[in-house]
Amino acid sequence: MGQIDLVDISKSYDKQKNVLDEINLSIEEGEFFVLVGPSGSGKSTLLRMIAGLEDITSGTLKISNEVVNHLPPKDRNLSMVFQNYALYPHLSVEQNILFGLNAKKVDKEEQQKRLIETAEMMGLSELLKRKPKELSGGQRQRVALARSVVSEAPLCLMDEPLSNLDAKLRGQMRMEIRRLQKRLGMTMVYVTHDQVEAMTMGDRIMVLNDGKIQQVGKPITLYNEPANLFVASFIGSPKMNMGKAVFHADRNQLVIDDALHLEIDPVINNVPRYPNVTIGIRAEHLYPGTAENTTHVVEVINVEQLGNETLLAFEVGAEVWTAKWPGQWDVQVGEKVPVHIAIENLCFFDSDTGLLIKPARAGKQQEVVTA
Amino acid sequence: MSMNSTAIQQTPKSQINFEQVKKKQRMKNFSKGMLFLLPSIILFSVFLFYPLARTIYLSFFLTDAAGATTVFVGWENYVTMFTSPIFLQSMKSTFLFVLYTVPITIIISLFLAVIANEKLKGIGFFRTIYSSTMGISVAAASVFWLYLFHPSMGPLNLLLNAIGAEGIGWLTDTSWALFAIAITTIWMNIGFTFLILLGGLQSIDSSLYESADIDGAGYFYKLRRITIPMLSPTLFFVVTVTIINAFQTFGQIDILTQGGPVNSTNLVVYSIYREAFVNYKFGSASAQAVLLFIIILLMTFLQFKFGERKVHYQ
Ligand SMILES: Nc1ncnc2c1ncn2[C@@H]1O[C@H](COP(=O)(O)OP(=O)(O)O)[C@@H](O)[C@H]1O
Ligand SMILES: [Mg+2]
Repeated sequence: MGQIDLVDISKSYDKQKNVLDEINLSIEEGEFFVLVGPSGSGKSTLLRMIAGLEDITSGTLKISNEVVNHLPPKDRNLSMVFQNYALYPHLSVEQNILFGLNAKKVDKEEQQKRLIETAEMMGLSELLKRKPKELSGGQRQRVALARSVVSEAPLCLMDEPLSNLDAKLRGQMRMEIRRLQKRLGMTMVYVTHDQVEAMTMGDRIMVLNDGKIQQVGKPITLYNEPANLFVASFIGSPKMNMGKAVFHADRNQLVIDDALHLEIDPVINNVPRYPNVTIGIRAEHLYPGTAENTTHVVEVINVEQLGNETLLAFEVGAEVWTAKWPGQWDVQVGEKVPVHIAIENLCFFDSDTGLLIKPARAGKQQEVVTA
Repeated sequence: MSMNSTAIQQTPKSQINFEQVKKKQRMKNFSKGMLFLLPSIILFSVFLFYPLARTIYLSFFLTDAAGATTVFVGWENYVTMFTSPIFLQSMKSTFLFVLYTVPITIIISLFLAVIANEKLKGIGFFRTIYSSTMGISVAAASVFWLYLFHPSMGPLNLLLNAIGAEGIGWLTDTSWALFAIAITTIWMNIGFTFLILLGGLQSIDSSLYESADIDGAGYFYKLRRITIPMLSPTLFFVVTVTIINAFQTFGQIDILTQGGPVNSTNLVVYSIYREAFVNYKFGSASAQAVLLFIIILLMTFLQFKFGERKVHYQ
């Protein structure tokens, strides 16, 4: 039984091109659901339609199995955190938090009880008398969260709530929001353009591009088995290395971007036969080559030391690939380094449709290990 | 020891150089700043500070018909002014006039601005209409209202006659004239106040209302808890300007009533004008002008002192 069901939801502004196209989706009760996609892909529009702030052009929206297309926002029993927090600048933190309860005429005793609880939980007890402009970015963010918590609505919508914070605070708030959601057991629909946020926070993720669903699934599934080229390049950092691949049956070789030759074992040859194939390989699957298993030697054009791992960039045809090696490697730009590329780590995509033909095997193995 | 003393000697030397350069730069900056300010200083001096000083000076003298000073009389112009029943009547009318016009102008404009702020089809048409009085000159507006107030052909009286009531001497009846001038003024001021308030409303972040919608706030709750407080800086500005405008009303009085009947619409600025250019008493006219200046200054000061506390700047 889904908490939120979207059936063939489409949206167009002023009868123009569809901003959202036939969205079909079920969000479970108590789930942390992340909507991710590049800017302008329609994430906010979809969230605002669920909230009731935007009309639904066509399709059916159900919350707790009831059709709510026609209901105003206040009757949908949800709360929302806005990107700019939408705090009332003239009201104190306390008044901001209680604004909604006041509007709903919740009785004063109950208001105070919930206020104290929420303020305690969010670490705002000392700040209740302050105005929003006297708070730091992180504290404002907490007030916005507190407003949502205090409403005790079972469904919470968030539109890029962390995009105004600095990197460190963002990491911290990511965890806090996640813990809060688990603790209160609410259903969360969380919009972000940041795939790291999506991967780290979501129980499930939906990738949206140009108003169309690209893939819905667990973070690890999206990472290991991206349904198409868009998801493959969008999810993961550094992004998946890609290249056009041509299979030469006579030589038992796979040639990538006319530059990289991979030997194929003729016995267990399982290269998909499509006219146009694009392969993708994750940076961490471009292993440092040892004396026995080196398959290629590449010239490094850039090195990034991250402390716990090293990113090495090199050219493959017209593309720049990145390898991620664990540990610290003392490599200079221009140096030639041995790498090990295994055929079973390649994802195969149909270049014409962009769809996945065959995921990397290594990923699958890992999933089995962790599961 | 010797090393120490050389060090001490060297430091002040380098400090002096440093200070001098800084001083030079400051002088340069100052003269540059003055250069930029010069045009406005000259303009203000010629058209504002000099006339003001001249007015204060004049208020202590008697003058001839050309405005040249004849006899120094000290505070006498002020004493006469405060004992003159005509002037006291004029002050009373002015305050009444401010009381009639300011609140009603603000309330009507606010109402129009709030409804014109709704996102409806064709709302641009209404916005244009509501703000249109801003583009009409005082003279044109007064002539228009002169026609509306006309005792026999004026639409207002025709309407009254049609519903069986007796026509009103809008501009000739002492109990109606000030009221009629007030109506004209309100009508004329609405355009400006409406436009400023609408601008204020549109700059309120829409997500505040959306958040309130989700919270289940009703229309009037949002109006009271969001719109009015968020609009308060704009409201404050509009109130200040409208009050000052009301104190300075002149054109419509000159055209509609010339201060009559029986001085009932003889507001301060009109009274100053009559004293100076009809009675040729520039001394006492100046005294009245000085008083008006002080009153407006005081009102504005009080507003800023007490009103601004209730204003929420972002
Ligand atoms: N009020 C509107 N009128 C017309 N087009 C809009 C409106 N709001 C959003 N859009 C368009 O809809 C698309 C999706 O916008 P949005 O949902 O805000 O994207 P995202 O949140 O993913 O960045 C964009 O192309 C945008 O230009
Ligand atoms: Mg958005």
